[in-house]
Amino acid sequence: MPRAPAAETAAIVVVARDERLQHQSALRRLLSGPELGAFAGVVLVFVYFGITAHGTGMFAADGVLNWTTVSAQLMIIAVGAALLMIGGEFDLSVGSMIGFAGMMIALPTVVFHVPVTLSVLFAFAGALAIGFLNGLIVVRTGLPSFIVTLASLYILRGLTIALSIMFTNRTIVGGVKVAAEGTFVGFLFSGTIGDPLFTWLADHNWIGRLADGAPSVRGVPMIIVWALVIAVLSHVVLAKTRAGNWIYASGGDANAARNAGVPVGAVKISLFMLTAFCAAVFAACEVFEFGSAASDRGLLKEFEAIIAAVIGGCLLTGGYGSVVGACLGALIFGVVEMGILFTGVPNDWFRVFLGSMLLIAVLFNNLIRMQVVRGR
Amino acid sequence: MTVAEANTVSVDSPPRAGAPLVEVRDLVKYFGPVVALAGVSMDVRAGEVHCLLGDNGAGKSTLIKVLAGVHSPTSGDMLVEGKVVVFSSPREALDMGIATLHQDLSMIPLLSITRNFFMGREPVKGGLGPFAFMDMTLANRIAREEMRQIGIDVRDPQQAVGTLSGGERQCVAIARAVHFGAKVLILDEPTSALGVAQTSMVLKFIRQVRSKGLGVIFITHNVRHAYAVGDRFTILNRGKTLGTFGKAEIKLDALQTMMAGDKELQELSGELGGTV
Repeated sequence: MPRAPAAETAAIVVVARDERLQHQSALRRLLSGPELGAFAGVVLVFVYFGITAHGTGMFAADGVLNWTTVSAQLMIIAVGAALLMIGGEFDLSVGSMIGFAGMMIALPTVVFHVPVTLSVLFAFAGALAIGFLNGLIVVRTGLPSFIVTLASLYILRGLTIALSIMFTNRTIVGGVKVAAEGTFVGFLFSGTIGDPLFTWLADHNWIGRLADGAPSVRGVPMIIVWALVIAVLSHVVLAKTRAGNWIYASGGDANAARNAGVPVGAVKISLFMLTAFCAAVFAACEVFEFGSAASDRGLLKEFEAIIAAVIGGCLLTGGYGSVVGACLGALIFGVVEMGILFTGVPNDWFRVFLGSMLLIAVLFNNLIRMQVVRGR
Repeated sequence: MTVAEANTVSVDSPPRAGAPLVEVRDLVKYFGPVVALAGVSMDVRAGEVHCLLGDNGAGKSTLIKVLAGVHSPTSGDMLVEGKVVVFSSPREALDMGIATLHQDLSMIPLLSITRNFFMGREPVKGGLGPFAFMDMTLANRIAREEMRQIGIDVRDPQQAVGTLSGGERQCVAIARAVHFGAKVLILDEPTSALGVAQTSMVLKFIRQVRSKGLGVIFITHNVRHAYAVGDRFTILNRGKTLGTFGKAEIKLDALQTMMAGDKELQELSGELGGTV
């Protein structure tokens, strides 16, 4: 309930203060925000691979598609992980959820001949329910989410393997592609958009062609669309809405937030459901891409999501971070993972790089936090 | 919550600055066998600062927790604006205009001043429930204006609360409670962790709040801080009041002596040149 007189005098103050605020451009704001480290990292990896991967095709159309797809894939789960981390919790079951949600699509479709659209709805409903349960347990018991979702990690992975063996006697369940032929969900998760644009680009020799004359990039894969939609929506919710304020407050200090009337429990449960939803999107894209579900899908993805979020400036202790940062973290990930392939560096070095990057990011974030809390 | 009409008990002392906003009568609270409050009566009126003094274990915390709706009393009445109330949660006390500020529990250092200020009560411009867009321009403007009234020069209300000093944080928390319509402020040791300059800043702001017609209950064990802003003083000792005194009725020394209670401590205080 803002009071009118305050608003009136405020107008004068705004004028007086504004001339001091003008110096802070959008770029400066970005550089002082949580994304700073990730932003520097992105510049660094692009410069590095721009030089070392020059002429390898990494920056040709199909090369670009290659690393953007990998980045988009991770971006989907990294954004969920980032929001949850800002809200003060972790979800270690993301990777297992990817495997499990994939099975929830493939098993009904292949074994019970359920229409694939229904299977997808079933998988999403199931994932959301498990996310809800994770959140409920964490909120009600006050146990660390680390341990609760570690249990989910094992339960879901075990279920994925056990159920696929039980129903099909194998760990890879194929045949989804046939069932998804011509369906809308098939397009929704593995189609491409903007195909005419890329044909036009190929016609004008802007991008290369394959041996059969098709353009080297057929269109923008739906997974990239999903990643962008999830990222943009999440960014808007976090930065602009009251729900965003609640997420920051819940992660910053759950007690203070509760005292101020923030529905901390509901916020956290919703965030657990969001990470589960993101994992299900990831799973659906993979299942329709490969036409199969496999019980080892998404292995260790929970850590990659957390690493991307941390590289993006999220604090492990919650209350600080951004969606943009998490997206940049995912981009660094994708570029380095593919860049290492393109430049022919042995793949093992990828993990060394990742670990080092994570360590640097955490040290850097710690510094930022001290600056935020102390510096004038 | 049950709000019953108060039985027509006449107020014993003549009103000093309006009718009591909050009053407690013969408040008793047991925690198992422990008597935390053994019949405490006090009240706070609009436009006054009522200081609650007492050493550790005197029952200050229990009393404010009852006032804030955290504990319910074993016996005794609590009246808000003349009506008997029973709080079953802090939220209900808050809804009746009683805001309690604990020393460190109300501000989140990592969040911006604006986000802290409007935490849980975000101004929105249209939209659906939780996903309604926050009116950041309005929020920033109000936050900046409120800061200016306190006397804090914030260049940017989007800077983290952690960049403010302890005194400034206390002031922001108070300003927030006032802005959102608190009638009674319960300040739990707001100056105990602060330096001299910071303390005087908070005390100055408490005076400012009083002049707006709010009732303030100021809990402290520093008599000097209390005497600087207090209109009335209630001294608690072992769960009982040693009395309530107006500022004209009691001198700083007498207050100090009464609060110290123990004779040895008075002597020690004398040896230390009255600095305790």
